[in-house]
Amino acid sequence: MADGATRAPSAVATAAAAGPAQETVRTPRTDPPAGPAAAAARRRGISWRQRLEIAVLVAPALVLMVVFVAWPVLRAVQWSFFTWKGYGPLVDFVGLANYVSILTNDVFHGAVRHNLFVVVASIVLQLPLGLAIALLLNRPMYGQGVLRTIVFVPYVLAEVIAGVVWFQLLQPRYGVIDAWLERFGLSGPAQGWLGTPELALYAVMIVLTWKYLGMAVILMLAGLQGIPHDVTEAAEIDGASWWQTQWRITIPLLGPTMRTWAFLSMIGSLQLFDMVWILTRGGPANATTTMATFLLTEGQRRANYGIASAASVVLFVIALVMALTYQRFILSRDNTVDSPRRGKR
Amino acid sequence: MLLTACGSDAGGNGGSSDGDGVTITWWHNSNNEPGLGYYQQVAEDFMADNPGVTIEISAMQHEDMGTKLDAAMQSGDMPDIFMERGGGEMADKIDAGLIRDLTDDAAETIEKLGGSVAGWTLDGRTYALPFSIGVVGFWYNTALFEEAGITDTPTTMDELFETIDALKAAGIDPISVGAGEGWPAAHYWYYFALRECSEEALNTAVSSLQFDDPCFIRAGEALEELIAAEPFNPGFLSTPAQAGATSASGLLATGKVAMELAGHWEPGVMQGLTDDGQGLGENTGWFPFPTTPTGEGDPTAALGGGDAWALSGDAPDEALEFIEYLLSDKVQQGFAENDMGLPTNPAAVDSISDPALAGLLEVRDSAPYVQLYLDTAFGQAVGGAMNDEIALLFAGQATAQDVVDAIEQAAGTAG
Repeated sequence: MADGATRAPSAVATAAAAGPAQETVRTPRTDPPAGPAAAAARRRGISWRQRLEIAVLVAPALVLMVVFVAWPVLRAVQWSFFTWKGYGPLVDFVGLANYVSILTNDVFHGAVRHNLFVVVASIVLQLPLGLAIALLLNRPMYGQGVLRTIVFVPYVLAEVIAGVVWFQLLQPRYGVIDAWLERFGLSGPAQGWLGTPELALYAVMIVLTWKYLGMAVILMLAGLQGIPHDVTEAAEIDGASWWQTQWRITIPLLGPTMRTWAFLSMIGSLQLFDMVWILTRGGPANATTTMATFLLTEGQRRANYGIASAASVVLFVIALVMALTYQRFILSRDNTVDSPRRGKR
Repeated sequence: MLLTACGSDAGGNGGSSDGDGVTITWWHNSNNEPGLGYYQQVAEDFMADNPGVTIEISAMQHEDMGTKLDAAMQSGDMPDIFMERGGGEMADKIDAGLIRDLTDDAAETIEKLGGSVAGWTLDGRTYALPFSIGVVGFWYNTALFEEAGITDTPTTMDELFETIDALKAAGIDPISVGAGEGWPAAHYWYYFALRECSEEALNTAVSSLQFDDPCFIRAGEALEELIAAEPFNPGFLSTPAQAGATSASGLLATGKVAMELAGHWEPGVMQGLTDDGQGLGENTGWFPFPTTPTGEGDPTAALGGGDAWALSGDAPDEALEFIEYLLSDKVQQGFAENDMGLPTNPAAVDSISDPALAGLLEVRDSAPYVQLYLDTAFGQAVGGAMNDEIALLFAGQATAQDVVDAIEQAAGTAG
């Protein structure tokens, strides 16, 4: 659950992110294929031996997919139509009542809003910051390696440990941050940064930015290494300043990296759980609930497994729709470039 | 932890029905000394007296045990003996056939425990044997009270407000509450309901989940009045209950606040939160929840709850014998001597050594009735919704009426 790389709270959500979305990348349904004849020819070309090989090689992954992704997703869909306490037979069929209940629930609305806020704020904050830091760290300078490491350290830290540390730093009055403020004659909010409903989500957002900025920086740096030197050199020879080179050449060429990063960030934000759980448990007064904390509260703590399952299905659908939309309209630019079928045109 | 004291020598001396012997699994949460060692000894004694019976003990941290127990109930692969808190949570398990009815098979022990089994009895049938029942009240730091010039502990709400003012005047945060986790805040509402409502009104509401009696609104309003006096620690809305020095218990244990509303577990929790392992030590004090001016409830009634031993639906008779042994005079006396809780067997009441716990025991046994924590009584679904709404009331985002509405809505008894 505490998987720092994906922030994935549930197999259901991961399925939404990874499964169908990547499927579309691999097979862009743009042109009709080369015709049935070609397909038949290809099919004839595969010997039984090769088919066996394919079956043997694919089977383990397929079995894992079915057991740990497809099966739980289907079970969640099934449970979402029942009132179920978590034990005993599944008998109390309620149709869509669980969906009605969560879609009219203010706490769930709040959770969706908070998730969307984190999606947008993560990109708005981390994209320019990450890009700026990556561009700076890409210039030859003293201590470059050390600085790159320092920027990346928060991302490597276990999410729970980072969360506990920030929780203590943000404590009212006795926390380090309030103690510093006091030294300058200022005082933090009376109820603390995490205890004031109006501030808690922003406080969580700042911690998330601290935690995940390193990821953006590293990806951008990797993208920068892929930009050929001759392009920038050519620009310099033509008299472009450093700023012009970055703005007109480097950043546009970094587009695919930024779009991929934004995709990962979006999916992570939709599934946000551990940091919120450690810092606020969704409180104070439901000010920082996310869809994942909502479904955990309903399922594990209240034993409303039907409602929790319905919430997980809604989370699945939201993540799926956003992922597919993003793939279709934004990432498709990057994918079609090296698509062989398009290439023939 | 695995105890394998008994061999499986076929044709052994009497004992259980078949020669291969019986293995009983037992889950408990006494995973620290002295409880850990004591329970191990108890199991070994029982096995020595009952050849052919093997008891497999799993001692777990409390939350871990809860999680594992939920999973075990879902899979149906349950331990034979487990801890049960009673109330609505238990009712769900009974419906699913996961708990063995003990009414006839353990009649003698049930009679000995008397009224204590009420929280584990449904429609006249008893499903678990309570071994520890505690009550909730204010734990306070006697040194800080002295520093603020407070000589007597408050008995009425007016006196509590005076106490709060005196502490504030002395620059001391009066009360800590772990509202971040819901239930510690909810305990205030439960207690105000206990004070405002007559026993009859309370019982009616608990069984019907209808809160028409105006006393429940008054309970919420009394709580709003207390919150308006701002007695709570800074950041109480996100304060955890017991984890770490900045939790509600930690703030009391380290002298940062003067008091906290908590159950009999509090001294033990505080001991774990200070470096010297003493908690508040000699400065530990306790007083019952104050009375309200308009209250219709008995002023000495108490809010509480406890733990009981329950058997899975298909547990063998040997497991039943063992939990009856756990509630025998001898084992309960040892339980009390080790200060593991507040014993329910009357024969063990005098064996408790900790003075704070002994005082609590007196309050518990002199109370005309002990109301089970309302969230436990209502079950997780309704209890959780209630606790969350009460936490919103602490944040000023819900009214006294909202709390009642939230409970009825979650219970499906609204309207």
